[in-house]
Order: sequence, then structure tokens, then C-alpha cells
Amino acid sequence: MAHAPTSEFKNPVINWIDQRLPVFTMLNKEYGVFPTPRNFNYFWNFGALAMVILAVMIVSGIVLAMNYTAHTAYAFDSVERIMRDVNFGWLIRYLHMNGAHMFFFVVYIHIFRGFLYGSYKTPRELLWMLGVVIFLLMMATAFMGYVLPWGQMSFWGATVITNLFSAVPVFGDEIVTLLWGGFSVDNPTLNRFFALHYLLPFVIVAVVFLHVAALHITGSNNPLGIEPKGPQDTLPFHPYYTTKDMFGMGLFLIFFAAFVFFAPNALGHPDNYIPADPLVTPALIVPEWYFLPFYAILRAVTFNIGLPFSDVILIDAKLGGVIAMFGSILIWFLMPWLDKSPVRSYKFRPIYRWWIWLLPLSFFMLLYAGAKPAEGWYVLLGQAGTVLYFLWFLALPIISRIERPLPLPASISQPVLGGGRLAATGAAAKPMEKA
Amino acid sequence: MMRRLRKSIAGGLAAGLLSAVALLGATGAQAAGGGPVPPSQEWSHGGVNSFLSMFKTYDRAELQRGFQIYKESCSACHGMRHLSYRNLEALGFSEEEVKAIAGQYEVAALDDAGEPITRPAIPADRFKEPFANKKAAAAANNGKAPPDLSLIVKARPHNEDYIYALLTGYVDPPEGVQVPDGSYYNAYYPGHIIAMAQPIYPDGITFADGTPATVEQQARDVTAFLAWAAEPHLETRREIGVMVILFLIFFTGVLYAAKRRLWADVH
Amino acid sequence: MAQTTAQTTHTGEGETRRDFIYLLAAGTGAVGAACAVWPFIHSMNPAADTLALASIDVDLSPIQVGQAITVTWRGKPVFIRRRTEEEIAAARAVNEAELIDPQPDTARVIEGKDEWLVLVGVCTHLGCVPLGQKTTESRGEFGGWFCPCHGSHYDTSGRIRKGPAPANLPVPEYAFTSDTTIRIG
Repeated sequence: MAHAPTSEFKNPVINWIDQRLPVFTMLNKEYGVFPTPRNFNYFWNFGALAMVILAVMIVSGIVLAMNYTAHTAYAFDSVERIMRDVNFGWLIRYLHMNGAHMFFFVVYIHIFRGFLYGSYKTPRELLWMLGVVIFLLMMATAFMGYVLPWGQMSFWGATVITNLFSAVPVFGDEIVTLLWGGFSVDNPTLNRFFALHYLLPFVIVAVVFLHVAALHITGSNNPLGIEPKGPQDTLPFHPYYTTKDMFGMGLFLIFFAAFVFFAPNALGHPDNYIPADPLVTPALIVPEWYFLPFYAILRAVTFNIGLPFSDVILIDAKLGGVIAMFGSILIWFLMPWLDKSPVRSYKFRPIYRWWIWLLPLSFFMLLYAGAKPAEGWYVLLGQAGTVLYFLWFLALPIISRIERPLPLPASISQPVLGGGRLAATGAAAKPMEKA
Repeated sequence: MMRRLRKSIAGGLAAGLLSAVALLGATGAQAAGGGPVPPSQEWSHGGVNSFLSMFKTYDRAELQRGFQIYKESCSACHGMRHLSYRNLEALGFSEEEVKAIAGQYEVAALDDAGEPITRPAIPADRFKEPFANKKAAAAANNGKAPPDLSLIVKARPHNEDYIYALLTGYVDPPEGVQVPDGSYYNAYYPGHIIAMAQPIYPDGITFADGTPATVEQQARDVTAFLAWAAEPHLETRREIGVMVILFLIFFTGVLYAAKRRLWADVH
Repeated sequence: MAQTTAQTTHTGEGETRRDFIYLLAAGTGAVGAACAVWPFIHSMNPAADTLALASIDVDLSPIQVGQAITVTWRGKPVFIRRRTEEEIAAARAVNEAELIDPQPDTARVIEGKDEWLVLVGVCTHLGCVPLGQKTTESRGEFGGWFCPCHGSHYDTSGRIRKGPAPANLPVPEYAFTSDTTIRIG
């Protein structure tokens, strides 16, 4: 941005500031006239929605922190005081609590959009990988936030998840002691989780900023997955997509408000209204729904992995589960290289357009298995889901190589404007109905 | 134009489907606590977690009867440490009545010489705890402290329905089931063997308003009271919720109109 | 830029209706945002439990004539002084017109209980706690209290007489519940 600012704004105050610090020029460039593909569908609303929720979470979180006490003896009661005595405390707490669910819901759709339309492909690899980093940060933030009310699920969730690290060879126990700041999940653990839970959202903001910066270098992908060829293929971001995003936000807020105001605990676990008790484990420890698929992968590895025909154990079941769980997300980083197809959008990929649905299928299999006790056929379901999940990624290089993509439209504006020449690709351009 | 609309609808459906499945999974997680599923009841306030009860409110007479049951039948063993006497004004008691209720209890204090004494409770005091601490509570109850009731309705799967089913669920054990001494059989308690004796009996209480005190009536009233205790802002929450959602529907409608006008030239 | 031209060619008929719908959308959004801010602001006001702890009972029987005690009420010190005849006389002899914050002594005590002076012990200048509760402390030029922070002098009725403070030490709401106990708040 070393170039001399040339913008002329009508408002003299804005002009004065802009000549010295070109924030308005930048805003106008990135969110005003920014050329955006004209053919977005509503899947493209979810990035903006995620930003809206991030803002809601930060604002409500700061106000909650003003009334919260990070001490094992007071945490539960301070949350109840927020719910009962603080003015509108119940509203702010329910916003924050349900906001976490909404955040993951929206981000999962946003990620799935990326899978559907090949948003991870060149030149958007870093954009995609920054997104995976945001998701990992979100998981850490959500996990630590869930511990803060110091209910039964908080405590036992924290115990189980921190114990994952004891699977690390050699240093496992030392790492867990370090995480806890003691010999069990206790006051030092709660304190550091609060400190980090307050910090990480701002790290997320920073990475979101990078994510958007990367997006504005490459420009947005679009449902056809072909690059805009000229001005006829794009629209200025404002007012077209600002308005559309606002409309999507309105719909989303109705959905969000229905939970907050009418069934605020529908997505939560009743055990978290019981104060933490280190001597009594709940009958069934389950994480929040958004962690269930990964939790199911963790539990799916019930066997040791050893050298064939010998008693040598290379990876025991515990470590295997932990590796599988972290691997299930880290594998997303490899998507740009696992998928060899030169075509982005699933619409023009005869095999991938069927293959893609196995991903949500395995996700929901795992989600269901994760919610159930680790016994009987639930274990098998979890294992089947895990195999399907990893198979989906590992078969991708082969599938994308043998697949013969359909011809791509000449430009974005052509199919949007319609016309006879599109008859050949017409069949490929309407697969959304199958959803 | 049509195709675009079809696409949007399909996209919406896809998102809707995803959410439906996700929610199913999540409620599955909630219900997975084990134990028999209690039959669902009609509540005058519609339940603390109900999408379709936005215009329902607590029945004050029911709550007052429920409080009377708590006071006479539950409070000897179960505390409600998140409630203060002042909160009872929400049940329809006047300020003077609340002062009188609070005054019936003696709470610990210090005199000017620092010696422990007791004084009558004031409305700002929390409900008096039945036991000095958790250990004392456990010691007096065969080793298991009776749970605090301030959040019990939200702290159990199936909320009110479970509490009602539990209170009315004391039946004779089926053939062959051995109930240990000091324990009881309950049709809805997970595992069925419960340490709490049947807490309410027909006409075990005389309601001030003359309502016949059947077990069902008492169970219903005390459950409603416990629901209020767990979710005291339920009515405000719904009132604000209805206004917020009406506003959002209007706002979204206006935004849709604006978006349609703006995009009309693009398509 | 190319996009700008695309935009201008799209504008045409229906300008006013279009403007109206945009204004309506922006206006509704602004109203909604303003309403949404209120719960967050209001959550910082005193909570219900804070408001409920607003009154305390104080036993006055141990206080001798000429002595004073300090109690805490709503997180602030409250001065209770049992005044001597001379102090009462001094407080009543003042010409009201000369006062910075004119108020008769009789308006600052409960009738018939003239020896008892109850004050919120917070200097009205910048919130320090004035000296003068102990007989060994400086009581200022008017025999009442003296604020060491910026030199405000209060008289035996707690009225500001000299210094930067703009108003008298406030008298909290209180009542005698018996001959020797008061309830503040």
C-alpha cells in the first residue's frame, strides 16, 4: 500500500483522515468495489455469518467475563448469579452458550462449501489452510470455554480431553501434569483455561484477518469454479453482496433467536447444571454435538497396532485413537494435494459429485456413534464411520485421476445469462436438487 | 430466474437437512443418559425448553402451592442454595409476606465480639441450607448427600417430565427384584433403586387455597415450582423472544425486498 | 472502474421506491442494533443481589457522647457521631447564607435525635475518606471532618465550609428501629 492515495471522498473529514491513513480507501477497495463473482449461491453467505457470530461471541464473552469468577469454589455460582441476578445476564449467557453451537453449525457448512466447490485448489491453498487453522483454534476455544461453568460435564470433559495427551510416548504424563498445573483438573487448570479462552478469540480474529486478506488476493471461488474472465462476470461487493449477506444474516438470526429465547438448553447437556464433583463421574461423558464425530474417531481405535505375526506393539489403542482424531482434521491441510482434479466445482466432476456425499454421511455416522455409549454396535458404527471418513480422503487422489471432468462453461456470465450453447452442460449445472 | 430460485431453494434445503440431522444427533446425545423415558406431561408453563410455548406463563397459585410443598416436604433434606427469599416475590408474595417467610428461619451471623450467633433471615439471605455442609448432608443420609434442588429441573434429561415421573413413580418392586434396606424402588429412577423415600403422600399437606392434595397434584405443583426455581426468567425470556423474532422477520423481509430490487437488474 | 459502470447502467426506473426500501432497511437495522446494545450496557448496572443488600442495622448503644464509629454500607464508610451539646450548638449557630451548600442542621438529623449525625463518609470532591472520626485526628477548622487529599473542611453537621468540595457530606436514608438501633438504607 505504498502508492499515493488517490481517492476523493465527499466528506472532508473522511478525506482528511484518508489522505493520512488510507483506511477508507482500503475499505472501499476490499468491501466496496471489490469485484466478486456474480453467480454466488447461498452457500457463500456462511463466511459472513461466521464473522457475525464471532463478533457476537466476543461481545457477549467480554460482558460475561465481567461477572465470572475463575475459581473452582465460585465458578458455578458466579455463572448462576449471571443467570439470575445480573441484568439481562440470562440473555447474554444463553447467547454465548448457543452462539458456540451456531458458530460450529455455520462453520461446518462453510467448510463443506469448500469441499463441494473445490475452494482449496490452486491458487487458494493458503486461504484454505488458514481456514483449517481457524477451525482448530475454534475447537480449542470452545473446549476451554465449556470448562468454565465448572459443571459435571465441564470437569469430566476437561479430564478426558487433557488425558488424551498422556498417550504421547515417553513424555505423556509430564505433558498432562503441565496442562493441569497439578495432579488433576483443578483450580490452576480452570484459571489457565479462562485466560486462554479470553485470549484465543482475538487470535482467531487475527487469523480471520489473514484468511480474508488471502481471499482478497485470489478473489472468491464460485459455484462454477471457473475464474471470472472480466467485468461482465463480477459485481461490486457493495451493494450486491452486502445486501445479500445481510438478508442471509436476518434468516440466520431468526434461527439463532429461536434457540436462545425458546429452547436455550436444547443443545446443551443437563449434567452441566450439576456442580463439578471430582469424585462422581457422570454415567455417560459426551462432548457437545460439534465434537462428537471426532470423539467417535477417538473411540473407534479399540485395538493395538503391532508388527504382524509378532507381539510387538507399535501403537497402542490409546495413542492410535489420539493420532486418528488429530489426523482426521490435520488431513484437511492436505486437501489441495489429495485432490488431483484440475476442475474445482463438483458440478463438472462425474464421480466426485457422488463421492462428495460420502463425507457428510461418514460425519453423521460418527456424530451419531459419538453420542452413544461405547458398546455393542455403536462401536462398529463408529469404526465403519472412521474407515469411511479416512477412505474418503485417501481414495481421492485415485478418483480425481481416473475421473473425466465435463466441459466447463466458457465464462461465468454465460450460464447466468442462459442460452442455447449451454444445453450440453445443462445436466451438469443443476445437481443441487439432489441435495 | 426460475433456475436461480430452484437453486436457492435447493441450497436452503441442503442446509436445512444438515441442521436437522445435526440436531437429531444432538438430542440423541441429550437423551442418552439412560433410564426409562418418562411420559410427557402438559405443563401450564409449557416446559423450560419448549419451542412452541412462547405465550405460556407460570401459574402463580401453582407455584405458591409448590413452594409450600418444598417447604414442608423437601426442605428438611434438600437445599436450594441459588435462591434467596427475596426471589419469592416472583411467586406473587408481597414484600411483607416475603419478610415474614424469611423471618421464620434463623441464619448464622457474628456478634460485635466476633462470637457466632444466629439472627432471623432477611429477604436478601439465601434459602437456609438443611445441613452445615456436604459431608454433614452425606453423613445424615446413608452416605449420599441429597442433591440441591435449585437447578434440578434443568439438570435432568426430560426436565419437568422426569421430576414428575420420579415423584409419582414409587411402586412395588417387580417380582424378583431385591430392594436393599434403606433404599426404595422407583419406576423412573435410573437403575430403579433410589435412596430417597417416597416424599409425598395423599393429603400429606393442607394447601392454603383448598386444592385437594393428591399425589399427582402435589407432584405437579412442586415440579412447577422447581421449574421456576431453575428458570426464573422464563417469562421475560419468552416475551423478549417474541418481540425479537417479530422484529427479525420484519427486518429480514425488508432486506429481502431490498435484495430483490437490487438484484433484479443483474439476473 | 468497470464495476461502477455496470452499476450505473443498471439504475433506471423506480429510483424513489428503491431508495425507500434501502432507507427502510438501514433504518430498521439501526433501530435493531440500538436495541441490541441495551442489554449489554444494562448488564453492567448493579445486579439484583447487589440491590437487595442495600440495608444494614447498626447498634448505637456502645457510642459515648463525643465519640464516633464507622460502619460499611454499600461498600462505603458511614460515619455515625454522637455529638456533644457544644457541637450541636456550633452547627446551629451558623448563618445559612454563608454556606457553600446551604442546609440547616435540623434538616440533616432526625428530629428528637439531634445528637446523632449519620453521614456517608466520602468527600464530595473526589471521593477520599475525610479524617475526624477519632478525636486524635485532625477535624479541620470547623471541628467536623477534614479531607487530607485536597483540604476540604466540614463542620459538625458535615457541611462543607472551606476547600474544593462542592457539597455537604450526604446523609443516607436511615431510620431508628429502636432507641439505640438504626437501619441504614
